[in-house]
Amino acid sequence: MKKLLSLFLLLLSFNVFASGGVELQDADIDLNDKVSLQRGAKHFVTYCLGCHSAKQIRYLRIAVDLGLDEKHVLKDIAPEGAGIYEQLHSAMNKHDAEKWFGTQPPDLSLIARSRGADWLYSYLKGFYTDKSRPFGVNNAIFEDVGMPNPLWQLQGEQQPVYETDGEKRTLEKLVSTSKGTQTAQEFDQTVNDLVNFLVYVGEPVQLERQQMGKYVLFFLFVFLAIAYLLKKEYWKDVH
Amino acid sequence: MIDESVDKSKRQFLTTALTVVGAVGTGYLAVPFLSQMQPSVKAMAAGAPVEVDISKIEPGQLIRVAWRGKPVWVLQRSPEVLETLKTLDGQLRDPESDESEQPVLSKNPARSLKPEIFVAVGLCTHLGCSPTFRPEVAPHDLGADWKGGFFCPCHGSWFDLAGRVYKGVPAPTNLEVPPYRYITDTQIIIGEAAEEKNA
Amino acid sequence: MNLKPTRLRMCGNWVLDRFPLAQVWNEHMAHYYAPKNFNFWYFFGSLALLVLVNQFVTGILLTMNYKPDAKLAFDSVEYIMRDVNWGWLVRYMHSTGASAFFIVVYLHMFRGLLYGSFKQPRELIWIFGMLLFVALMAEAFMGYLLPWGQMSYWGAQVIISLFSAIPVVGDDLALWIRGDYVISDATLNRFFAFHVIAVPLVLVLLVFMHIVALHEVGSNNPDGVDIKKSKDPWGHPTDGIPFHPYYTVKDVVGVAVFLIFFATVIFYMPEMGGYFLEHANFIPADPMKTPEHIAPVWYFTPFYSILRAIPDKFAGVIGMGGSIVVLFLLPWLDRGKVKSIRYRGGIYKKALLLFVISFVALGYLGTQPVTPLATTMARIFTAIYFGFFLLMPIYTRWEKLKPVPNHITMQPTLEERIPELKALFEEVTEVKSEGEISKRSFNPTGAKNVLIRTAKNLKESLD
Repeated sequence: MKKLLSLFLLLLSFNVFASGGVELQDADIDLNDKVSLQRGAKHFVTYCLGCHSAKQIRYLRIAVDLGLDEKHVLKDIAPEGAGIYEQLHSAMNKHDAEKWFGTQPPDLSLIARSRGADWLYSYLKGFYTDKSRPFGVNNAIFEDVGMPNPLWQLQGEQQPVYETDGEKRTLEKLVSTSKGTQTAQEFDQTVNDLVNFLVYVGEPVQLERQQMGKYVLFFLFVFLAIAYLLKKEYWKDVH
Repeated sequence: MIDESVDKSKRQFLTTALTVVGAVGTGYLAVPFLSQMQPSVKAMAAGAPVEVDISKIEPGQLIRVAWRGKPVWVLQRSPEVLETLKTLDGQLRDPESDESEQPVLSKNPARSLKPEIFVAVGLCTHLGCSPTFRPEVAPHDLGADWKGGFFCPCHGSWFDLAGRVYKGVPAPTNLEVPPYRYITDTQIIIGEAAEEKNA
Repeated sequence: MNLKPTRLRMCGNWVLDRFPLAQVWNEHMAHYYAPKNFNFWYFFGSLALLVLVNQFVTGILLTMNYKPDAKLAFDSVEYIMRDVNWGWLVRYMHSTGASAFFIVVYLHMFRGLLYGSFKQPRELIWIFGMLLFVALMAEAFMGYLLPWGQMSYWGAQVIISLFSAIPVVGDDLALWIRGDYVISDATLNRFFAFHVIAVPLVLVLLVFMHIVALHEVGSNNPDGVDIKKSKDPWGHPTDGIPFHPYYTVKDVVGVAVFLIFFATVIFYMPEMGGYFLEHANFIPADPMKTPEHIAPVWYFTPFYSILRAIPDKFAGVIGMGGSIVVLFLLPWLDRGKVKSIRYRGGIYKKALLLFVISFVALGYLGTQPVTPLATTMARIFTAIYFGFFLLMPIYTRWEKLKPVPNHITMQPTLEERIPELKALFEEVTEVKSEGEISKRSFNPTGAKNVLIRTAKNLKESLD
């Protein structure tokens, strides 16, 4: 049985490094940072909404949750002509999408829930020049992704550095080769804001849910205390 | 087995306390459960104000638009119709619209912001059928007293062309006039009330 | 003055004259005598009932906005999560409730294994319970298709393909279940019908039969003693107490503790790290693309592991089905003469411990991708799983039983254990005074002693 246990422990340790490749970077998610979310919303509409929709969320919800005026959202964040009740639909139609990318770019409403914030953060920072790809870029996190780098003007270009171990060539890191309009620090902030916004869009109710949880738990503890006293009182009879 | 020294009042108190707290908890849980049956944001989105272009409506023509899923009529009335309306008061149940629903600015004999354009929710105030538009005077089926108006096929209520209900029919009040306002002379928006100007 | 209550009472009497409400209440609550010594493990029956009610209420509310249509299903779930008032709460209560149901039911079943609750004369209660478990698995499996995410889709695809392993009729059977050549709109629609109407009715019926059967023979207890053997002059078991009020007030405490855990999950971790709501299920079903790693929800993974461990399609299906069938046979496999584990021999205790380890390990392995090592491990644990049941007729005969008392025994309650725990705490820590402040810090020698003592106790209790 001891052998079994040690085998089992071995197994546990195996799965730790199952993912492989380039390690994910930590996104700094803070849904209480409304200003970051507002910037993220703006970035999303500017850089993502051209191809990707976020059809599960409405401009109205963004206005309410991010503490913005409805008119402000329509003027400064939403594309022209969008209504406050509308969802974040992409401007691109299905036909064009299939012509350009061969497939429909996925809806991003739930991308943060399926991929996770760190993955998105690393992915958006992980584009590098690769002339063999149709859009001239590849990605360190999502190999051979069929998407151009929407943020390249901000970030500039990156080149890959490989580590060769015999036949095998693995990507070690990316180095910046040309400057973008933003400094590295500014760019990290931009990507982080964008990911922060996507995490919010994934489940807009999450902040509210956590705040509510405190009251519910407090109530249940009071209920438990009274129930326990009542039980104790009745069980005095039982010897 | 049951002890004689049982503190009954303590038991009673704790039982009551637990029942009350439990009932409060159930009440709090009932709020979300019941309010989830209220209209959702999607329903509210469908209930958003609608813009209507009225420049294309011919005199005597009625168009229907959906607002909150209900049929809303927009009718262009001719001067003759407006003249007729003034003569009907005696036959109507609520000619001054005192008991009927309409925005303050539409509480006038023509029941509209501008007399020639009539806007109303096309649902009978009796049991919610949509009356038919019968502008012709004294048609064969409705008889010689018919001065043009709306006839509800479900239970036979009569309304004139200002949506006012006749006496002796089941409908209790005049047709509802929704809030609306003019954006320009040829465009109205239904669902937003016109602001009162201090004359 | 007293007009109102009298009228109310008259109304009440009018009903009671025509409906045996008081009789039912007395028979099943106020005059139903349960053993005095129910412990922690006896909370889970009433909790299962609570979760069932939760699933019914939230489920009914969800059907008001859910659309069982392949084109609309995924979006309608998100619509519930975002646009419907409090829809998120209702949905999380339902999704967390599904997992909670299995946690509660597994613990409830484990109680049966501990105290021999499946043994004569309670075989039928166990059979009804197992039927409930199977119906619950069907309910959960079909419900999991409804969100129409990637995991919903491919999970259903895999499980329904199991049926095609059956010789001769398999392919036709799988086709008949799906109503299409792949999982499709037709499948979704019929699963919806089963999930919201057919299976819940079966569940209610089985719960009723489970409880009726229980109240006919009476509850077992941690000592496995028949309390009906000794009765007081009024005919009540001396070791029993009326279910109401004693166990109703006790179960309310259990409910409160359960709800605290339940609410913590709902409000703070509804995905439970991808175990209650899987990450890949936030991607709409795509019949063209299987996710890289597919795993069923955690409560199916032990059985799924058994399926994967067997390197043959048909045998795998048989193994998986067999792992549930053997549970039905338990009352006849166990030849031990004593019910409670307290008086059973060490061999059963060790076998049960091994079984629990292998069940948990199979569950864990089922969530992980296949590797050669994992497959080997799964095979070992599968062998232990079946060994526990199939070797039972042999090893339970060798048991060295301990004498069973005539009356139930009372174990110290949590409150009575407080001084003991306090002493334990004082042993593993030591007081260090720094000036005026004295601090307690960890004491390695004390902790070592405690560990050795615990290990000794554990070894003794396994004999």
